[in-house]
Amino acid sequence: MSSTATAAIATTNERASDFLAGISRPVRKKTIWGSIRRQRLALTGFIIILIFATIAIIGPSIAPHGPTEQFSKDRLQAPSWQYPFGTDEFGRDILSRLLHGARISFKVGLIAVGIAGTFGVLFGMASGYLGGWADNVITLLMDIIYAFPAVLLAIAIITLRGNSLNNAMIAIAVVYTPPFVRIVRGAVLTVRNTAYVEAARAVGASTPRILASHIFPNITAPLIVQTSLSFAFAILSEAALAFLGLGNKPPAPSWGSMVSSSYGFLQIAPWAAIFPGVAIGLTVLGFNLLGDGLRDALDPRLRS
Amino acid sequence: MPPAASILAGEAKQIGLSGKDVSSLELPQLQKAAHGERLAAPMLTFILRRLALLIPVLLGVSLIVFTLIHMIPGDAAMLAIGFDQRISAEQRELVRKSYGLDEPLPVQYWKWMSHVLQGDLGRSLKTKRPLTQELQLRLPVTIELALLAGLLGMVPAVAVGVLAAVKRNSWADYATTVITLLGISVPNFLLATLLVLCFSFWLKWLPPIGYVKFTEDPIQNLKTMILPAFSLSLPLAAVMMRNTRSAVLEVLSQDHVRVARAKGMANRTVLTRHVLRNASIPIITVGGIQIATLLGGTVIIETIFGLPGIGKYVYEAINGRDYPVVQSVTLVISTMFVLISLIVDVLYAVMDPRLRTSK
Repeated sequence: MSSTATAAIATTNERASDFLAGISRPVRKKTIWGSIRRQRLALTGFIIILIFATIAIIGPSIAPHGPTEQFSKDRLQAPSWQYPFGTDEFGRDILSRLLHGARISFKVGLIAVGIAGTFGVLFGMASGYLGGWADNVITLLMDIIYAFPAVLLAIAIITLRGNSLNNAMIAIAVVYTPPFVRIVRGAVLTVRNTAYVEAARAVGASTPRILASHIFPNITAPLIVQTSLSFAFAILSEAALAFLGLGNKPPAPSWGSMVSSSYGFLQIAPWAAIFPGVAIGLTVLGFNLLGDGLRDALDPRLRS
Repeated sequence: MPPAASILAGEAKQIGLSGKDVSSLELPQLQKAAHGERLAAPMLTFILRRLALLIPVLLGVSLIVFTLIHMIPGDAAMLAIGFDQRISAEQRELVRKSYGLDEPLPVQYWKWMSHVLQGDLGRSLKTKRPLTQELQLRLPVTIELALLAGLLGMVPAVAVGVLAAVKRNSWADYATTVITLLGISVPNFLLATLLVLCFSFWLKWLPPIGYVKFTEDPIQNLKTMILPAFSLSLPLAAVMMRNTRSAVLEVLSQDHVRVARAKGMANRTVLTRHVLRNASIPIITVGGIQIATLLGGTVIIETIFGLPGIGKYVYEAINGRDYPVVQSVTLVISTMFVLISLIVDVLYAVMDPRLRTSK
């Protein structure tokens, strides 16, 4: 009782201060782009992503060598002018393989997060808005998926469906659907009882229409944050699976499999494992920075 | 007793609860609402309710594991005896029968579950030994690893998180942010690789691979465990630092802290009595979830460092199609995961009485 009262007072205070701030300061446009620019960390993340996305698009055409081209005389060469990042145990140029491999990581991120996000939004909105048995069934299903250790479930799905990149993407999508559902469900629950949704219901708008044009636009903030963070997870998971030899087949230049195949030569050629590892870490860092920055920017409670 | 309930309902109405709210409340809650009493009963109902919710989740997990395993092409009996041409079809049929594979799937599932519930997890196809024995050998390794990683990841992280929140915007705070971001972005296998490179190959302090039992040689055991535990603990530490920092910051901005300061309470007392106690709830929740997630990470880390724990075991079993192992061990890991989250929920309710009554 008393805590709600305090909360009510707190919100009134906030409103009052917002109101005063509105008077004293000129109104500024609240766009996502504006928020990103204000957040130095988010901007850094955005730039890192931009660089790696560019590499994913044009990388294969600027790479000096093919991803599987072998120079059998130059095995395990240290970084030099000829091979800026060195060569691996087959005499393949690591820089070229990294440039080609960026495409794989981004492809996995896009497709896996696309699938997980789509199902997450559909299930989460159904669960949060409809409630009742639909909510119970969906929540139970997501709890079940969530109860598996993520890596194990992904490995099991890949073993079942066959070892290929497509199946790795499906596995990652399955594993990361529950967090999307939870976040969307939570956001819908806070929005569904607002006056504008009630008004839409009162004028006789159909459920799909309410969901599409009244609920969805108002849950995009947490959804965008979750998408960015999921991208990081998806790229990390693909690398982890590739490290275990799952997903992409060996000659393909997946960053994770580059680290694992050079693990055996760690002592004599550490660069062969370090460069692809750093590439994974930087890309994931970019998405985490952006996701965090967006959360700070979009969540009014954290704005100070 | 209907009269009591209606009196309580009347009282509840007087104190401002609507009729609809009253009907959805249970009797103990009503008593609580009316008299403001703290009762032990809601706690018990809460735990029982959460335990009951475990059953469908674990049943679902077991069903999915079972279905996944039996959809994999290649019969377990075939894999067990190999593809030897000299073995006739009749002999194969006998082997299938001896594993119970000739029965319909629902019957197989029923038999597996009834055995599991009696504590019999089945036998490994490869070693033919009972899985309970195999797990007795391997579970201690994984539990030691998880405990070490938990310890390394949580204790310093919580301290640093509190420090970062108290000294907000100082260099310590920025350093924490950087470590946090690195911790969640560096894959654990890369960290493991770098640690092996540094401590095993360059400094030659620690072995890159292998395992020694704690009971045989405690020092050597810790030497083999410290790198894997550290690799597992960094992401955990990162998440803990971040959450501790934001939890403490949130409490610091609340009115009761301002009141405590205003009445002249010493900073240290404010911190221990008012801030940390309130901030501990989100910290515990996140910690529990993270410890549970550690279990999944053991698959990769144990494989890299050659530790004979259940993570490596189940990974090898999947590759070798040792389906009883995959089935039962996944169920064991998932049960551990679900139990940890149950414990976290109960702790949460112990520390925050408001949660006991709500669903």
